[in-house]
Amino acid sequence: MVKIERNAGWPRSRLRVNLWQLLAGLGLILTILGLVFPFFWMVLTSLKSRADVLAFPPVWVFEPSLDNYREALSRVDVVSSLLNSLFVATTSTFLALLVGTPAAYALARWEWRAKRELMFWIISHRFMSPIALALPYFLIARTLGVLDNPWFLVAIYLTFNLPIVVWIVMDQFRIIPRELDEAALVDGATPFGVFVRVALPLALPGVVVSGILSFIFSWNELLYALLLTRDTARTAPVAATAFMSGYDLPWGEIMATGTLIVLPVIVFALFVSRHLVRGLTLGAIK
Amino acid sequence: MWSLRTRNLLLAPTIVVLLSVGLLPLLFAINVSLRNYQLTKPSLGFGWNNFANYSQVLTDPYFWESLSRTFVFLILTVPLQSILGLSIALLLFRKDWGLLRSVARVALVIPLATTPAVVGLIGRLTFDSEFGLANWVLYLFGTEKVAFLGDPRFALVAIALMDTWQWTPFFALVFLASLTSVPEEAIEAAKLETDRRWDMFRFVELPYLIPGLTAALILRTADAMKLFDVIFVMTRGGPGSATELISIYTQRIGFRVFDLGVASAMAILSLVLTILLARLYIRLLYRDSV
Repeated sequence: MVKIERNAGWPRSRLRVNLWQLLAGLGLILTILGLVFPFFWMVLTSLKSRADVLAFPPVWVFEPSLDNYREALSRVDVVSSLLNSLFVATTSTFLALLVGTPAAYALARWEWRAKRELMFWIISHRFMSPIALALPYFLIARTLGVLDNPWFLVAIYLTFNLPIVVWIVMDQFRIIPRELDEAALVDGATPFGVFVRVALPLALPGVVVSGILSFIFSWNELLYALLLTRDTARTAPVAATAFMSGYDLPWGEIMATGTLIVLPVIVFALFVSRHLVRGLTLGAIK
Repeated sequence: MWSLRTRNLLLAPTIVVLLSVGLLPLLFAINVSLRNYQLTKPSLGFGWNNFANYSQVLTDPYFWESLSRTFVFLILTVPLQSILGLSIALLLFRKDWGLLRSVARVALVIPLATTPAVVGLIGRLTFDSEFGLANWVLYLFGTEKVAFLGDPRFALVAIALMDTWQWTPFFALVFLASLTSVPEEAIEAAKLETDRRWDMFRFVELPYLIPGLTAALILRTADAMKLFDVIFVMTRGGPGSATELISIYTQRIGFRVFDLGVASAMAILSLVLTILLARLYIRLLYRDSV
């Protein structure tokens, strides 16, 4: 009975399949628009004149100009904050890789009883609420006189960069057969030599991915930077929020600054897009 | 090579760093949370105060309000983000529309990578009371302008929408990863039984989505406890305290009222909550995979 109905309805079901396909295409277009639009609107606004920004209803067609970028880049605080961000993110990432990859190697190659606990302790920093640490950091920095010092940010960004590096690089080491290490050892290499010359080059993809993710997280961080810097060490996200006081905000300039801040990380993120989930969940979902 | 000494040398730097930038400040915070620590009133001294900070926090109605607001925020965002994320994942998992699919796949990265503070800036612009796009949409429907961010009824929703823009791709990617993990044989076998997409989803794919969903839920809950940047830029917790979630409230007590003792107690309490979440996360997800 059912079969006969199916056969009879063949052309209709074919039509239905096409309808679903059409809906899927439409859904994909809507998805892309939704994902890109806020970003697009920021860039569009950054190219508008002051009058066009404030126009209501919004202006969609206008003569684009780079004045806002010129304005933003002529401001000392914007430029220095971008440079600070670059310094802090790069240095902290580099240190996280330097310190974290050996630990990742140890966790991948050795077995011992408390290993699980150690791994969990490392991953638990992903859950740490920054505000809980920001208060003691503030007091410590005040006592040591390192408030507004970029190196202090570099150090505390290790709390989230190290777990990322250890976790991702450890996964990478695990898939390299340990026989390779042992063969090199037989050939007379030192343990350190094996790690640096044999294992590390093979784990390079993991090193690169975790490095880029660390860079992104450091570059985007606001809370610590806001509370622990003033002028000299101010990073880009803090500079972005600094615009937001008073009335009659220079929206064009603000959006130009926003674009300048976001663009480098988006470019980086596109490189590691396949690995983004693992970076965010620290390996729980492969 | 595989000596304990080598292992310890490899691990030592990481452990030392995490102890000094992670554990040490945490112990410091616990210490402060047990003392009078009002920077504006040094005359009170910094003595122990017998858990007075904790009892003050636990009897503070604003603390409970900010905590329940954090859960309201979760209820506003998580179901919306998981449903949208699942729909996007299912669209991306199809075999048709190759080009559109790859574009969408790439576009998913944009919100996730955007600096949260800048997401806040975009939110301020979008929900501006005079010329924001949200008001333009109302205008198209012939409705009067609304000061979204100045209205306690709408401010949290506006923030939730910006959060949804930023984090829906995360759910989509998690679900997509889970869908990809469904074994080919299971799909083939199911195809012999049914040709209804719904059955396939319900009986074959859904079981594989549950672990990813659990992970995403716990992570997002922990994130809500930490949520700061977008709110700080969009409303600073206002109007009144309408968008003052737990971390914004803690920050206000600590860095504007400068009562570091009470703020630390609050931070420790929310940390305990997140640690419980982390434990749950690890227990559910790493049961036998490590």
